[in-house]
Amino acid sequence: MEEHIVIIGNGISGITAARHIRKNSNKRITIISGETDYFYSRTALMYIYMGHMKFEHTQPYENWFWEKNRIELKKAYVTHIHTDKKELVLDDQSTMAYDKLILALGSKPNKFGWPGQNLDGVMGMYHKQDLDLLEQYSVDCNRAVIVGGGLIGIELAEMLRSRNIPVTFLVRESSFWNGVLPDGESEMINKHILEHHIDLRLSSNLQEIKADENGRVKSVIIQETGEELPCNIVGLTAGVSPNIAFLKDSEIETGRGILVNRYLETNFNNIYAIGDCAEQRDAIGQRRPIEAVWYTGRMMGETVAQTICGNRKQYNPGHWFNSAKFLDIEYQTYGWVFSDKIKPDYQETFHWMAPCSKKCITVAFHKESKLFLGINTFGIRMRHEIFDKWLTEKRDVFYVMEHLKDVNFDPEFYEQYEDMIINYFNSEYDTSLKTKKRSWKRILNLSN
Amino acid sequence: MESKNTSYAISNPHKVKLDPIQKVSFGTAIVGVLILLLAWAGVDFKNNSIFLALSLGMIFIGTFIYSRRTYLLHPEGIKNNHVWFNTLSNRGVWAWSLGILLTGFYVLLYWFPQYLGNGAGTDGTNTGIVALFDPLSQLLKSKNASHWFVYGTIYSLLILSLGIKFIYKYRHNRYQIIRTVVVIMSQLILAYFIPEILEGLNADKPYFVKDLKQIWPLNYYITESWYLNAMQVEQNVGPSGLFYFFWAVILFLVITPVLTYYVGKRWYCSWVCGCGGLAETAGDPFRHLSSKKLSAWKIERWLIHGIMVFVLIMTIAVFYTYFSGKEFDIKLFTIDKTTFPIAALIFVGISFGAMLYTYLKLSSHNKFILVGTVILGLIFGAILYAYLTGSSDVFLVKSKFLKKWYGFGVGAAFSGVVGVGIYPVLGSRVWCRFGCPMAGYMGLFQRFKSRFKITTNG
Repeated sequence: MEEHIVIIGNGISGITAARHIRKNSNKRITIISGETDYFYSRTALMYIYMGHMKFEHTQPYENWFWEKNRIELKKAYVTHIHTDKKELVLDDQSTMAYDKLILALGSKPNKFGWPGQNLDGVMGMYHKQDLDLLEQYSVDCNRAVIVGGGLIGIELAEMLRSRNIPVTFLVRESSFWNGVLPDGESEMINKHILEHHIDLRLSSNLQEIKADENGRVKSVIIQETGEELPCNIVGLTAGVSPNIAFLKDSEIETGRGILVNRYLETNFNNIYAIGDCAEQRDAIGQRRPIEAVWYTGRMMGETVAQTICGNRKQYNPGHWFNSAKFLDIEYQTYGWVFSDKIKPDYQETFHWMAPCSKKCITVAFHKESKLFLGINTFGIRMRHEIFDKWLTEKRDVFYVMEHLKDVNFDPEFYEQYEDMIINYFNSEYDTSLKTKKRSWKRILNLSN
Repeated sequence: MESKNTSYAISNPHKVKLDPIQKVSFGTAIVGVLILLLAWAGVDFKNNSIFLALSLGMIFIGTFIYSRRTYLLHPEGIKNNHVWFNTLSNRGVWAWSLGILLTGFYVLLYWFPQYLGNGAGTDGTNTGIVALFDPLSQLLKSKNASHWFVYGTIYSLLILSLGIKFIYKYRHNRYQIIRTVVVIMSQLILAYFIPEILEGLNADKPYFVKDLKQIWPLNYYITESWYLNAMQVEQNVGPSGLFYFFWAVILFLVITPVLTYYVGKRWYCSWVCGCGGLAETAGDPFRHLSSKKLSAWKIERWLIHGIMVFVLIMTIAVFYTYFSGKEFDIKLFTIDKTTFPIAALIFVGISFGAMLYTYLKLSSHNKFILVGTVILGLIFGAILYAYLTGSSDVFLVKSKFLKKWYGFGVGAAFSGVVGVGIYPVLGSRVWCRFGCPMAGYMGLFQRFKSRFKITTNG
């Protein structure tokens, strides 16, 4: 009898784990999820609401895929884990035995105890159920208020604007996402938000959400000004945290998330945690102990599958990278660029903005050694593999500047900015660098 | 799990209203289309010059102003909002109505042109929508319009006006702007004005298609005997026939493989081709409807390569019959019952060798390539057998029969009626993806010998 691997959660982490266990073994695999029947791409939820896709288009695998690959799917919520009996209790009171358990529980939206935060019309934007709710609430919505200026907040604003619903966006910080983005970039996104007719309120906190006589949201009150804003939807998008409430009475050790070692093992040797819900006991480089990012979920899924199939492997996410889109402006980041608010003393930042004011880059390097630390790029696509290689090779900022043309990944015929960038760099740092011609040999062979 | 909101108007109390400029320009374009539909229905406008100019002008100016106004209201960027809510772009009532209208038009165009008014009047004069286009045809080539002239004009107008709409919509992307300008120009100049004007200048000489960007195997006119006859020096066509003949051979044998190797098959499919030009402009609102299922991909590879093999067999058969009965004098040498089979054997032989080599080189022993190799081997054998026995029919069937069925099934029914007529239901690239033998041919180069092969990382 093959070992029974049970995975709780059918997001990117759990599904990746299941696929890779199947690739490498004949173990019995069961995935439990209460959210949806089949795996879908969470990051594409917004496009369903905006009419770019239907729900079925967000499912990366067709429905026949699971049976064909002998991956059993169970639609249920798990209520208890009996680690001693190696048994799960489901919300229909049935039980399921496991030999090994993978917790891929994902996140839930943060709520910070605001008065009225559980009213009808108040919602996060994370699960498929949130999307269904939003669809319902949109029917008679005259204004929506979004609380929390991060990636999900700006996406929710874009969604609502696509239906022409007026949006007020309350951002606690003095400029959009400036805990993460350097000031120049943050300022650029502020302007772009306004250009999309989103009523952006900076340095504004939510004080209270008020209800009408039916218990539905009627208005919100802004703490700083006391202003009362009538609205029918309140989106709470002040970050997410691990979705682990039901583990509280289990023996599994948790902090903010489920505590794991580099092998993604919990305090039980047959229980693993991956994705958004996992919290690293020991920090990996400068990465945060909990990373709610699509690709880290995927990497953890691949890693844990190796371990379960007999090839015990450390989780090794490599150099930090990420990408997102702020309305029409694409954003990529490679390595570490810290915002002006939190940057370490050794970080020097070079910021360049294109004349159109919608494209910019910020390069971080070490003040003394000139070591290249990272880059943020807005509106110009760049090659991940090359930055990854440069970070590994510990290149200095001068090398990066000279070879910027290699890294450009914009479509053909796009305007090229490398010469402008390097001229500005030369004027800022009194250097006389010249851009090197783009070399396909360097790019494709990744040779020097 | 169908979404309950098939029209966003239901879920949104803040429906976007058209402003007066949008309303007037949209209305203008609609009136332009109505004039065409009325002419089709048989309304005689008496002064066709004025009404034709009005109709084409209103369609062009209306769409131009409407799209300019609509897209410039928003910041540049991707514009896909509501495509799955809108009844026109989500296989709703409007989509099916448009699909039926277009399909009907194609059926009449290919098989019943008299119902469009082509030569339907007394003494063979035109009536209906074809008559409406007589003045323009007279202007370009001093003779009355045919249904194909009507089709070519409307086709080019659609690519032009909806191409401009496409440029406004995708103005954040310089690649798309340049590409669209090129594809509009290549339709307007290469496919429309040059051939029509050349025909007018050579009105006394036999007709052949003078579109420089037509390439076999997409263009199978070259397998028509009247077409080959018309190119010949003996018909007194002068150097142009010869030029077009050589151009066709060079395009197929040299330019296509080389360009495909360096830039991928998009050089033809989205920069030059008329079918692609229409799909990327008029078909743009329907691009998302293409099927992404695995089953669609399975059908695709058998169908497109099957058609490609069929067109190869058909062409060899027709040429074989043609050249075995006739010496084709192209100045430098003549093609006849000896030279053609030898050229065909060389071409098929090289293809066979390349396929066999690919099959043996790939460790996966791809069944698909094996089937292709065997088919090429059989074709080679058939030509050799026919040549040695002196038969005028290769493949043991009358070549006319093959050509007739290809023309009906693929040339008309698939590429026209299904390919364009069903845009609003199956998406804009159905013909290009499932049927086009030219895409199949370039696909072979792209797949095995190009930097631009498409792979998955799943």
